[in-house]
Amino acid sequence: MTERVPVSMTVNGEDVQRFVEPRTTLGDFLRVEMELTGTHLGCEMGVCGACLVLLNGKPIHSCLMLAVAAEGETIETVEGLAESKAIADIQQAFHNRNALQCGFCTPGMLVTAHEILKSEHPLTREEIRDELSGNYCRCTGYEAIVDAIEQVFVARAAGREVEASGQFAETAA
Amino acid sequence: MNMALNNTDRPNSYIGRSVTRPNALRLLAGKGRYVTDIKLPRMLHAAFLRSPYAHAEIKSIDTTEAAALKGVHLVATGEDLAKLCKPWVGTLDHFRGMKSAPQLPLAVGKVVWAGQAMVAVVAETRAIAEDALGLIQVEMSELPPVVDIDQAREPDSTRIYPELGDNVAFKLTVESGDVKAAFAKADGELEETFFTGRHTAVTMEPRAIIADYNASEEALTVYHATQTPYQFQDLFSRLYGIRESRVRVIAPDIGGSFGMKLHVYNEDMSVVGLSMLCGRPVKYVADRLESFVSDIHARDHRIKTQVAYDASGAILGVKVDDVTAIGAFSTAPRTSVVEGNQVVRLIGAPYRFRDYRADLSVVFQNKVQTSQYRAVGHPIACLVTESLIDRVGQKLGIDPFEMRRRNIVTSDMYPYTSPAGYKFERLSHEACLDGLYKLMDYPRLREEQKALREKGIHRGIGIAMFVEITNPSPAFYGVGGARISSQDGAIVKITPAGEVQCLISVGEHGQGTETIIGQIVAEHLGVDRELVRVITGDTDVTPQGGANWACRGAGIGGETALQAAKKLKQNVLSVAAAILQSAPGELDLINGQIVNRSDRVERIPLSEVARISYYRSDTLPPGTNPQLTAAHHYSPQGYPFAFTNGVQACHVEVDAETGFTKILDLWVVEDCGRIINPMLVEEQIRGGVVQGLGAAFFEECRYNESGQLENGSLADYLVPMACEMPDIKIAHVETPTQDTELGAKGCGEAGTAASSAAAMNAVNDALAPLGASVSQIPMTPQRLLKALGRG
Ligand code: FES
Ligand code: FES
Repeated sequence: MTERVPVSMTVNGEDVQRFVEPRTTLGDFLRVEMELTGTHLGCEMGVCGACLVLLNGKPIHSCLMLAVAAEGETIETVEGLAESKAIADIQQAFHNRNALQCGFCTPGMLVTAHEILKSEHPLTREEIRDELSGNYCRCTGYEAIVDAIEQVFVARAAGREVEASGQFAETAA
Repeated sequence: MNMALNNTDRPNSYIGRSVTRPNALRLLAGKGRYVTDIKLPRMLHAAFLRSPYAHAEIKSIDTTEAAALKGVHLVATGEDLAKLCKPWVGTLDHFRGMKSAPQLPLAVGKVVWAGQAMVAVVAETRAIAEDALGLIQVEMSELPPVVDIDQAREPDSTRIYPELGDNVAFKLTVESGDVKAAFAKADGELEETFFTGRHTAVTMEPRAIIADYNASEEALTVYHATQTPYQFQDLFSRLYGIRESRVRVIAPDIGGSFGMKLHVYNEDMSVVGLSMLCGRPVKYVADRLESFVSDIHARDHRIKTQVAYDASGAILGVKVDDVTAIGAFSTAPRTSVVEGNQVVRLIGAPYRFRDYRADLSVVFQNKVQTSQYRAVGHPIACLVTESLIDRVGQKLGIDPFEMRRRNIVTSDMYPYTSPAGYKFERLSHEACLDGLYKLMDYPRLREEQKALREKGIHRGIGIAMFVEITNPSPAFYGVGGARISSQDGAIVKITPAGEVQCLISVGEHGQGTETIIGQIVAEHLGVDRELVRVITGDTDVTPQGGANWACRGAGIGGETALQAAKKLKQNVLSVAAAILQSAPGELDLINGQIVNRSDRVERIPLSEVARISYYRSDTLPPGTNPQLTAAHHYSPQGYPFAFTNGVQACHVEVDAETGFTKILDLWVVEDCGRIINPMLVEEQIRGGVVQGLGAAFFEECRYNESGQLENGSLADYLVPMACEMPDIKIAHVETPTQDTELGAKGCGEAGTAASSAAAMNAVNDALAPLGASVSQIPMTPQRLLKALGRG
């Protein structure tokens, strides 16, 4: 076992200091040390996108980065994005359209969707599919995810919230 | 779209509606609770040393250095765990003559596939456990690996298990009618050999388990990413000698399963023993590289076929020789021969020819085991059948739709028994075919194809019909002696506030089980859906049942919930009648209110009935005994399986220079009986279709001659990505089963069953003018170029 070293960063708006083994990835740090288990690990080699988080506002693979390399940086995970309501309309659209089944890829999908939706002009379905190609989903077949992102583009362009669909739909947490 | 037959204007009418999934909100907030997320007090972590060889003797194992590493609690070998755990054998009686060697948690004496677990280390952290693996010394001596299906069956081949005699696990012949006579009178015959690539489930959450043995109570709690908690309660109990009532298996949120998470795995069995030895909870999560070499694989088949037909395009007879390789063992408890069995029994299933003979050989080899994975056998049978239909049609110049119309089992023929013995209550092939023809605007597509061909653009259209086995009765496994339940149980109760909880044995893995059960209970009880909470996946809490396999959640679980809700409603009405001095038959429960059956005038809220029953039973008339909890178990009766059916079409463009295929469109018309939630059915179909397209174009576990998996990582093993997949258009036909009041059948595997076949037919349609064709999946660019004579 190697000596633990101090690391500090801002996670979901909170300043945190911990001692970690230098080999600990940011993904493991968030999941194990911070107990933020919304960030998922699907491949641990930068392929599947389940582990995406925001580093200073930009999506990165938390499985590829060491926790110590995030020293002094600002990290946002799906939990933080959900609590700050930054992705409330995306969550609602995913819920309406059932753009998740098992939900394991979902945190990464939400992070990518959040990034895609920063585009100044609405993307076409084909463009959305291209942008999603670093996120693997084994359950949905992707179409519902594309639909949900499209729905948010339309709502944002019209300056609307995404409404809960159908008379029985619940609102996103 | 052929919508549900309910009166959807009635209050609490939920069946047939696309309602959203309440439990998805948690997952969308990053608050799912998967086994990978769970941390118990004093929990330790396991890692496994795996064999680098496909076939080798273990001469000696030295664990001294590993055991001495700081933070390591235990190093266990195969011998250590064999003292605690009984061996298991993956055979069942109804597969006569099948054989397989006994298995133990860890290898003892020899290893039979590259990746087989040999030694376990338990440590404070997973990282330390992995460090310790590097300190274990194993002396091994390599044996010749058996990798090829023909070589495996040769008389002088190396025997993987000499005590079994040979490398053949099982042989079966299915014969019906007179296939010889059919070929003798045929106007034409053709033959083709098909290959389907070994592939694997790749759930995004790998396998995960935490075992927590409590010696003082002799009790075991297991948090297990599994589809079948009750099956594992039985297995852990019997193999480790722990009383069944003290084994609790909890299946929390599960990150994908697809049939892969219901088999006995060596690591999972080991972790139970490791917890017993350490006296502390032990967790194991497979990493992705381990998943590739230890999760079950599937679909490794070579199918030689011959088909006889007459000049009108009628199929007269089919001969099949299917050889499938299953790895070094048959997987327990369902066996690895089910897939082959279903291939030979499902070939030709939508069509009416009667003369059929199929021979199946199931062969051992030094690779990881294969077993049931989504749509077990269906995609292979469908690929073979649908390709043969197209090939005959092509020979005779008959259009694919016309070929199918001439050969299908028509609506006047039900009930119908297939040549292989499957009984169909009622299928809707004609309606599905007609529906597809319109949905895809077939004539327009053909015109477009013709026009583009003149410009050198090669598009292809392929269609594939399917039948799918759902709602299995004990005929599937129970009759073979498997302790796998075909029934399900539900407990529905009214809480004191007048809300509802339903505990049910079918589980939730993202397909929406909890949602549809909530819809059914709310509708049949007569309450708002928001008041119904559905609880699944805990053997200490939820009633005994089969849980999730072979598409049974909606059909069997749904019927169980329906009957439990009806029973509870009667109980509620009889208490209400006592309170109101009325008769149960004069009352009804609508939207949480007890009303007069005649004029629907509200009499008393359900919450008031509950309050009085639970807190003021003293005010009830003497002898009133409120039963605001009802339990019900339901097992399929009538037909042994509820078959579903449908048809898919795929539209592709093949680049003849590069061999790349672009999937342009995909259409599905399916009939899963009564639809409870159209949105969820369609999403099951879409997800299933995409898995089938993965098999058609990308997914293959590639082994070399020494039995090493060469592409066992997510960077090398290709799964479908968003940019490669088409939008999928779906329409429904509803033929409810008459065996249940609900009328629902399964829909989780239908997408996968036929999409590979539709894709292959589409590619071959595109290649036809170039004089090329393929009969192997995945249809990689290299294989297409080879078919085009350019590889
Ligand atoms: S876990 Fe990071 S990309 Fe898969
Ligand atoms: S929802 Fe299961 S992997 Fe995407």
